[in-house]
Amino acid sequence: MKFFSIFGRYIILLSRVFAKPEKSKIYFQQIFKEIEYLGLNSIGIVILISIFIGAVITLQTRYNLESSWIPLYLIGLTARDTILLEFSSTMVGLILAGKVGSNIASEIGHMRITEQIDALEMMGINSASYLILPKVIAAMFFNPFLTLISMGVGIFGGWVASVVTGALSSADYVYGIQYLFVPFYITYALVKTVVYAFIITSVSAFYGYYVQGGALEVGRASTRGVVYSSILILLADLVLTQLMLA
Amino acid sequence: MITAENIYKSFNGKPILKGISVVFEKGKTNLIIGRSGSGKTVLVKCLVGLHEVDKGTILYDNRNFVDMNFNSRKEIRREIGMLFQGGALFDSLTVEENVMFPLNMFTEMSLGEKREHTNLCLKRVDLLNVNKLYPGELSGGMKKRVAIARAIVQNPKYLFCDEPNSGLDPKTALVIDDLISEITHEYDITTVINTHDMNSVMEIGEKVIFIHEGHKSWEGTREEILDSDDENLNDFVFASNFAKKIKSLTTGNQ
Repeated sequence: MKFFSIFGRYIILLSRVFAKPEKSKIYFQQIFKEIEYLGLNSIGIVILISIFIGAVITLQTRYNLESSWIPLYLIGLTARDTILLEFSSTMVGLILAGKVGSNIASEIGHMRITEQIDALEMMGINSASYLILPKVIAAMFFNPFLTLISMGVGIFGGWVASVVTGALSSADYVYGIQYLFVPFYITYALVKTVVYAFIITSVSAFYGYYVQGGALEVGRASTRGVVYSSILILLADLVLTQLMLA
Repeated sequence: MITAENIYKSFNGKPILKGISVVFEKGKTNLIIGRSGSGKTVLVKCLVGLHEVDKGTILYDNRNFVDMNFNSRKEIRREIGMLFQGGALFDSLTVEENVMFPLNMFTEMSLGEKREHTNLCLKRVDLLNVNKLYPGELSGGMKKRVAIARAIVQNPKYLFCDEPNSGLDPKTALVIDDLISEITHEYDITTVINTHDMNSVMEIGEKVIFIHEGHKSWEGTREEILDSDDENLNDFVFASNFAKKIKSLTTGNQ
């Protein structure tokens, strides 16, 4: 019963989020602010994580394919496909659920307990739409760029690890990442990223928006936002993989 | 004028407001007083639609607020200014942006006009050279004054104040009280103040409503409070030993 109650409130909130904005110009300005706040400020962590994970994937693949029967360029191919299919979309999605999701839930939750949301409502502003819609649009627009950055940097990290450790030659790695390339993998990853962006922003905002109490409850809402966003990301991963690749 | 008729409100089956009827008069400071938990904040939140009433009617100059849909309520809310207990200023905006916010959302003024109007309102609440400061850099009294400036920036017909003096020292509280009273008369608006500060009551209470356990227990002016024979009101007003002493001195009962 509790699940249906929460789901119902989530749907009601979404119907308010996607209502006609009071003043489109102000919403556009908010979207650009959110792109900077949620998107541009995440580039650093995405680059850092991607370069290391790309390197680790390459080295682990090399370690597991220790056989003279397997051509070395397959290590590059495996690293590429792992990064394109799963890491740059799902892993980065989970990392952003932690960073962006907790940020959104705590920001909106703080606004709720300090009556800032009531103040917006009192002015005749649809607070759900004003606070949440720009975040949803900004993340759905910008996160695909983060995924593309992650793909490039992750593959570069694999190349650096190969060359620096001597696990395989630069030529083998470069040949591997070009071998049997399927462009649809990028489309698949970007579609997943857009869905994840919606999940992260809307679910975290939902938990922040309905906070009751004080700072402790804001902290709990933030944790719930991250946990449920992460679970839903993994569920969406499963469904989208079945739909798009099976 | 705001008229509330027979207002009932309960939470999880527990009745909080039990049939309150009251008229808040135009051009006057109408004070709602009562003990903590008596239902005065719930009454104010029902009046402005932040809580839905279970039963009853709320009329804003004969416009029934309870039966209105979301969009019609938005129109009424644009005629309301509200001062929240903690100020409820937007943390991420400067003082100037906070006050200008309703103008950005609902008017087509140029930036220059908006700035001019904002500065007028800030001057009205005696705040100068704070335009670029953030709420975190202001004192409690300054935050309240910015919140008042924001509340009056659209020339409201109705002003609601929830515990305007909470967290302020007595001197600053008097300044805020005077400011609210002056603005009420200057703009001829209907002001409703929810408070349990007796200093405010005696300073600016032109009409006072005493709420006790969800009922309206007493109604009158600040002058009539001292002569009231309502037991609950006397318990509330003369709760401190100091107040009891004054009462006994004024009535001659030693």
